[in-house]
Amino acid sequence: MENNNLLELDNLYVSYGGIQAVKGISLTVPKGEIVTLIGANGAGKSTILRAISGLVKAESGKIFYKGEDITGKNTTSIVEKGITLVPEGRHVFPDLTVLENLKIGAYLRKDNLQEDINWIYKLFPRLQERSWQMAGTLSGGEQQMLAVGRALMSKPELIMMDEPSLGLAPIIVNDIMEIIKTINKEGVTILLVEQNANLALKIAHTGYVCETGNITLKGTGMELLSDESVKAAYLGKARRK
Amino acid sequence: MKKSKNLIYSAIFGVIILLLLFFLEANKFQYGMAYTILQKGMILAVVAVSMNLVTGFTGLFSLGQAGFMAIGAYVTGIFLIPSDSISEVYYISGVNPAIASFKNWLESGPAFLQPIIPYLALIIGGLLAALFAAVIGYPVLRLKSDYLAIATLGFSEIMRAIISSPQMDRVTNGSYGLKKIPGFTSIFEPFGIMVVCILLMVLLLRSTYGRAFRAIREDEIAAEAMGINLAKHKQMSFIIGSFFSAISGGMLAMFMRSIDSKSFSVSLTYDILLIVVIGGIGSVSGSVIAALLVTASKEWWLRFFDNPLFIGGVQIPLFRTGFRMVIFSVILLIVVLFYQRGIMGKNEFSWARLEKRLLKLFKRGGAKNA
Repeated sequence: MENNNLLELDNLYVSYGGIQAVKGISLTVPKGEIVTLIGANGAGKSTILRAISGLVKAESGKIFYKGEDITGKNTTSIVEKGITLVPEGRHVFPDLTVLENLKIGAYLRKDNLQEDINWIYKLFPRLQERSWQMAGTLSGGEQQMLAVGRALMSKPELIMMDEPSLGLAPIIVNDIMEIIKTINKEGVTILLVEQNANLALKIAHTGYVCETGNITLKGTGMELLSDESVKAAYLGKARRK
Repeated sequence: MKKSKNLIYSAIFGVIILLLLFFLEANKFQYGMAYTILQKGMILAVVAVSMNLVTGFTGLFSLGQAGFMAIGAYVTGIFLIPSDSISEVYYISGVNPAIASFKNWLESGPAFLQPIIPYLALIIGGLLAALFAAVIGYPVLRLKSDYLAIATLGFSEIMRAIISSPQMDRVTNGSYGLKKIPGFTSIFEPFGIMVVCILLMVLLLRSTYGRAFRAIREDEIAAEAMGINLAKHKQMSFIIGSFFSAISGGMLAMFMRSIDSKSFSVSLTYDILLIVVIGGIGSVSGSVIAALLVTASKEWWLRFFDNPLFIGGVQIPLFRTGFRMVIFSVILLIVVLFYQRGIMGKNEFSWARLEKRLLKLFKRGGAKNA
């Protein structure tokens, strides 16, 4: 395959205890882009990310990473290959220090970490100030930064973020979006799942709209932002009569 | 600068402890109580730290310690009972011929090997317990919190039942127990073993594995998302914890000189859990301090409550045998109510912290005097 796609999902089905959450999803994530997946609650967005990272098993369908079939592989080997998930709701380790949290992100690496820790501190100066503080004592925004920084410590080529704006003040959400853009400029491909469709589409190269386990729309960020049905459903503007 | 200061403090502390041990060793008959308590405290410190490794650091609420200790104790006991007195010990059904010939072979080995045999016995007991842990860990570690506690508790009781069953008479001497186990030659033996065991566990906890253990305790979902293999690490922590529990069990056998299956009942696990909770779940130094404190207060400092007390010719009621356990329980209640995080919480001992505490205390005292 001579394409530029880092990740490809081919007709993916995932079920939880008999309920099909993802019903035949196909999407591609080109190398170096920000791809966003928007949709309402229960559309199956998080499930897609969990399936890619190997936390849940796909029922059928295939997941390709760099052209290699990674369907059904366990999370450890998927992280090793360069895909890292920032789980929904941050999930930092509250009773470990910020520095320890970052080191756990690099758990599977055996090489020297100091350079990357410095890189993270440059991206998030706040984390350096608080490197000896327990992660549980950080504010919500700082915890989200830590969760992103921790994921970056595994040196991923693809980083998947599940609702990074969840529960954060609007001004901090803007910071997070800026950070996502910065990380992307440093060469990391991003698959972003968001309910805050407006913000996500603004920074994304490509967007997918997900509804009850299916992809209903695909387009560039700008196309989707101006799409009438997307506006009506996710951006809070009334459909013209 | 700061580091060298800490080093000096630690060196002084180490020398003081060694001097104390030399003094006790030289006057062990005069200070028999302190001598015994210190030994038992050291032994319990090893198992408390191993339980902390599993429960406090990895977050696996396991109550199987007594079972693993029993394995270690019986292996050590069988290894060490001299073959001259073996028929005296197994006086009911006789000893298994394989064990008897193994012991003869062991004792006919080269002379330089003989002093190592106790250590060898401890390690083999530990390895056997680790093997058991690996086998039962595979199904049991899928369970979470309370369910895991019940399953491991069950294992511990099964172990005890197997040891005391008549079918095992010729190996473990069934319910009659083992006696005439040679003890430690000096207090330095248990001290050395304790230092090595705890040092090894601390090194493990400080490595990337230790960090992974704590990550699992904090948040399993995030730990898994970071690529930490949950099953593998839980298994590892459980096996290593069991290994050191069994070593402590072997030491206990050498300390008590005679063991039976009842010594390893659930209440032993509870005693250890108590030490872990009082010391602080997730603190190695807390466990060590609590092991010494709890043993000393249970067996020694609270003893006077057991003796009848007369004030002005009137006998104070309640002061009679067993009353110390009541007092002990009350102290425990107070600890659980007001010091839920134990003596150390999740922190480790550090000279800087102690210095700060003492300064604060001193300042407060000074203010009062002024």
